[in-house]
Amino acid sequence: MFKLIPRENVSPVLSLLGPLFSVGLTMIVGGILFYFLGVDPFAAIKMIFWDPLMSETFSTYSIPQIFIKGAPLILIALGLSVGFKANVWNIGAEGQYIMGAIFGASFALSLYPLESIVIFPAMILIGVIGGCLWSIIPAFLKVKFQVNEILVSLMLVYVAEQILALASLGFLRNPDGAGFPGSRNLNQYTSASNAEIIVGTGIHLGVLLSLLMVIFFYVLLFRHSLGFKIKLLGNSPKASGFSGDNSNKLIFLCLTLSGSLAGLAGIMEVAGPAGQINIDFNVGYGFTAIIVAFLGRLNPIGIFFAGIVMALTYVGGELTQFMLNLPAAAIQVFQGMLLFFLLSFDLFVHYKIKLKGNK
Amino acid sequence: MDLSEINFAVLVASLIVASTPLVLAALGELIVEKSGVLNLGVEGMMIIGAVTGFIVGVETGSAYIGMMAAAMAGALLSLLFAFIILIMQANQVASGLALTIFGLGIAALMGHPYTGVKSPQISTISIPFISEIPVLGTMFFQHDLIVYLSLISVLVIWYFLNRMRAGLILRSVGEDHDVAHSLGYRVVTIRFLAITFGGAMAGVGGGYLSLVRVPQWTEGMTAGAGWIALALVVFSGWRPFRLLIGAYIFGGITILQLNLQAIGVNINIALLSMAPYLATILALVVISMSRFRGNRGAPGCLGRSFVKIT
Repeated sequence: MFKLIPRENVSPVLSLLGPLFSVGLTMIVGGILFYFLGVDPFAAIKMIFWDPLMSETFSTYSIPQIFIKGAPLILIALGLSVGFKANVWNIGAEGQYIMGAIFGASFALSLYPLESIVIFPAMILIGVIGGCLWSIIPAFLKVKFQVNEILVSLMLVYVAEQILALASLGFLRNPDGAGFPGSRNLNQYTSASNAEIIVGTGIHLGVLLSLLMVIFFYVLLFRHSLGFKIKLLGNSPKASGFSGDNSNKLIFLCLTLSGSLAGLAGIMEVAGPAGQINIDFNVGYGFTAIIVAFLGRLNPIGIFFAGIVMALTYVGGELTQFMLNLPAAAIQVFQGMLLFFLLSFDLFVHYKIKLKGNK
Repeated sequence: MDLSEINFAVLVASLIVASTPLVLAALGELIVEKSGVLNLGVEGMMIIGAVTGFIVGVETGSAYIGMMAAAMAGALLSLLFAFIILIMQANQVASGLALTIFGLGIAALMGHPYTGVKSPQISTISIPFISEIPVLGTMFFQHDLIVYLSLISVLVIWYFLNRMRAGLILRSVGEDHDVAHSLGYRVVTIRFLAITFGGAMAGVGGGYLSLVRVPQWTEGMTAGAGWIALALVVFSGWRPFRLLIGAYIFGGITILQLNLQAIGVNINIALLSMAPYLATILALVVISMSRFRGNRGAPGCLGRSFVKIT
């Protein structure tokens, strides 16, 4: 049999290899899955990972799309990663993302058709507050009554989805929309539109912000004492207590920080690529971001690359849907598989494995 | 609105049907957690059970064969989780989430051709004599086999955990795996078994959902039932009878809001649909408040990896 020996220091080479290995393995096992779905595995894998970047027909559209889809993933995953390090599990980012969008859009649409330059920044701020407020609920309950934050934050996703339905069919419905569900299109409201910053690509302010946030979180986690306190809380809650850190404050901070970022991602999306509040506004970024956080090894730089890879599977997945008629759910299976491989590989990062001799 | 349109006896009977998937899945998770493992993949195992049960049920024409297939599918998926957390020592929270994401995806893939297909009928078994008692008979004694099985499982699991040696061993593994290991119990094997049982129960719960409760296959049809089952375990303080009561309360809220929607009460449907989720949060708060700081019944090693160090 095998024997596990804990490593004294986490191997940096292996911890980098893990994500690469997992992506590779996912391609192989995913290929087998595609084969059984009656799709040529090589064509499908090439279309998901290669064509969006390299194909002449698709890449001009695909490459900016990768950044557009990657931005919310990176923003949300950055926030989540801080909590995950501290063993605080916000898995309701999807709900906070929805609430950020609803809050921001409600504010902007209530002022329609007033034009002013203050509307846009105020709308962003209110979006962030919306996401933050939604995460304050699990944060408060966790800190005050020790209620499990995993369950509360998740339940609130379903509540947020109902509020989204309420908004798109009711209080935010476009009065000039001939009764169709969905709000006014924010892209047609100059003061609130999160317009593209590079003409013709669709790349918007959120993409830029996601890059800035990577740097901000890198500094926070590796160059600021708060980052150390958060890691300490996760690795050794007792030591954290002895060093005088207030664990409740840190837990509250972790949850609301991730909620705020999810809210930011939500308002950026609704005012930009999505354009309007509608029933199907949320597409699961909040859940995929959990995978992104792990794929990036809870490290900001890693999360940036992980977000790009995951966005690639989204864009490539859409391509395979159109070109090869592959069901949309195949990509979800793909993403779940990736997370399995990644988590399993952690064994080699944290332990040395020795063959036991016959004694 | 006319509340007299709601027949109380029928309401209670449908409440029991609505709660049964929750009872089954939560009982499974109770055993898993008692062994010290937190499996957040209940939702994923339920939906795999739902889709497999439905497909097999439709193809064979028997809801019971479908339900058995659902149990096997749930157990199979849970083995994946067991392997990752017990052998590969992965983080349990993250692995459970992965299981849910993966399960939802696979289920959507498998179920696609079966959307809108009618499920086979399940026969109800009226218990002789007592099913003819007015009101009470309709409420409790005219159900299908699975409902009775879920009630028997509550009893059996209570007996197992509190009166049997094997149950005691399971609990000791959950309380302190290092001590249990040094006493010579096979921690990993016991947890493997517990996780598989939990998977099978979640699978049956899912199968019941798609074959009896709804009965139809739609993508994402579990709609958080697996998560509510997880919440029920916490709510019950890891006790089977409280779990049953909790499940019936949640089932009651769901049925009540559906009935209110049906008779056209002047409350927005979206607001009514939120009710079960809000009730779950409220229940968690109440239970955490009342036993604040005290022993909340959670197994000592819940969620911690076990590494043999010898």
